[in-house]
Amino acid sequence: MEQTNHTNNQQPLVQIKHLAKHFQIKGGGLLKRETKTLKAVDNVSLTIYKGETLGLVGESGCGKSTLGRNVLRLQEPTNGEVLFHGEDILTYSKKQLREIRNDMQIIYQDPFGSLNPRFTIGESIGEMFKIHGLYKGKEREEKVKELLELVGLDTSRYDSYPHEFSGGQRQRVGIARALALNPEFIVADEPVSALDVSVQSQIINLLMKLKAEFGLTLLFIAHGLNVVRHISDRVGVMYLGQIVELSDTDQIFDRPAHPYTAALLSTVPDPNPDARKNRIVLEGEVPSPASPPSGCRFRTRCPLATEQCKQVEPKLQEIRSGHFVSCHYPLQEGQSLHEAIATMQDKEKVRA
Amino acid sequence: MEKIVSQQLDEQVVKPARPPKYTFWTGLRQNKVAFGAFIFLVLIHLIVFIGPLFWSYSASEMTTSGPLASWSWQHPFGTDDIGRDVFARMMYGGRITLLVGLCAMLFSLLIGTVIGACAGFFGKITEAILMRFTEAMMAIPNFFFVLVALTVLGTTPVMVVVVIALSGWMEVARVVYGETLRWKEYEFVEAAHSAGAKPLRVLVKYIIPQVLPSIIVSGTLMIAWAILTESAISYLGLGIQPPTPTWGNLLQNAQQYLWTAPVLGVLPGAAITIIVLAYNFLGDGLRDALDPKFIKK
Repeated sequence: MEQTNHTNNQQPLVQIKHLAKHFQIKGGGLLKRETKTLKAVDNVSLTIYKGETLGLVGESGCGKSTLGRNVLRLQEPTNGEVLFHGEDILTYSKKQLREIRNDMQIIYQDPFGSLNPRFTIGESIGEMFKIHGLYKGKEREEKVKELLELVGLDTSRYDSYPHEFSGGQRQRVGIARALALNPEFIVADEPVSALDVSVQSQIINLLMKLKAEFGLTLLFIAHGLNVVRHISDRVGVMYLGQIVELSDTDQIFDRPAHPYTAALLSTVPDPNPDARKNRIVLEGEVPSPASPPSGCRFRTRCPLATEQCKQVEPKLQEIRSGHFVSCHYPLQEGQSLHEAIATMQDKEKVRA
Repeated sequence: MEKIVSQQLDEQVVKPARPPKYTFWTGLRQNKVAFGAFIFLVLIHLIVFIGPLFWSYSASEMTTSGPLASWSWQHPFGTDDIGRDVFARMMYGGRITLLVGLCAMLFSLLIGTVIGACAGFFGKITEAILMRFTEAMMAIPNFFFVLVALTVLGTTPVMVVVVIALSGWMEVARVVYGETLRWKEYEFVEAAHSAGAKPLRVLVKYIIPQVLPSIIVSGTLMIAWAILTESAISYLGLGIQPPTPTWGNLLQNAQQYLWTAPVLGVLPGAAITIIVLAYNFLGDGLRDALDPKFIKK
């Protein structure tokens, strides 16, 4: 439990309280005018401690990117609070917001859309200084070149355009740009999803190096568990707009408590053929966030679901020190999902 | 396969320590047709705007050669029905026509870009008001609008420019609006916001440059349209009034002498056509030249 102590000793940098982002979608059809509410992020509370890397994983469409953007207020959340250094940035005026923008930055998933195609990379990164009126002329160029070196790019590429770079190199440019203003907090929105596996590890290692060097706090969003394992101190698992499990990386990977996490983990390929686990393939599709199931949102695909899951929505509770899970039947420490399914079936037999 | 190999080879051969800084000029020169059109237009503008200074006849002066004289060294294009030098009248007429076309084009690009970009970028109520206004303007038949406005407002060259511009900016606005909607969703635009850039800076430095190629293409269509419209209204006698020559009212005047002196009609007609074509070619080239991806190495 030393790791939970380690995080508890830290002071919180970003506190997300009951954050919600709803989208109104117009019903289809010619005359149907009913609007539906799509709850992309629904009542998420999360604390990110200074200096840690929090990994956030979940399937496509579970709202993890929306969460990242709302935390930076690149979108306006529908509800909730986002405290940065204890101050609610959602109450900030646009002017106040611009002033603190340099403390929080974002790295994007798409290395093609995230750079201005008509700017050289020198201009793209230099813009960060220009926007805040920092450095002039030659000095600015020097600063940009320092950043290029920092992320492992040749300074001779200063005048090159984005289309002359590979995906991985562009991602490095994106990282350099995010670092330019010396931020404390960076949201990395699936920074490696669009890259080759070999390049993925380079970028992750670069991020880890830079994080250590500058004492950054990272919210690292990814859709695969294996990607976040290496870089994260803690991991949050999202499903349909909610956090279903949150704990230290080791806890999540070795002793998952939520059936969804366990099922996801069982699909991570293992290089050791002897240790091959029984995969648990989840049935069905992720339900539409516009009409989520009643009670527990995972119940439609959960092998452990009962009548209670249909009626009562589980709350995110601390089942072990620092290990939060939102489930009526969390897995016991060391229990595998298969064992849990077996126990559940036994109980039902007894009842029958 | 061969293509890939040759590309790789190209990459290997061209690896200067510092790639040459891309300039707009190098881009334009790569398109031979556009560059030719550009040179041609520069020449025509020089002749039309500076030529009269060196020519011994003015546009309204009646020469001693008599009416409808055929070509000679003295009058390369002959004289018109009341003995004025046609070469001089073509130059003076071109001044008005080209200036009206250029100014009307710039003015309507300005209106269209501001309205389209603001509507697309700011959205919400701004978008609703501006785009409904644009659509309302589009519903008015173009030529009818020009004729009515000129009848009411008078036919000075400035009025002609304003009216042509006011009747033509809607297409530009719609194009810019659509492009702005597309580009504002890009992540590099969001990155600028997240860096703390002010909205106006994002619009001017990040979005307008992306929309610029479309604006230029609209511009070439606009200038062609403005020149044709000016000619058409002058031909109808509602545009700039004689004795001030424009290519349009030269055409009108030539109508009566189409069989006796066809050159009077052919010259302004050909001038209008060739200039419009040249602007279209130039526009194509400019659009490509503005795209950094287009530099051939």
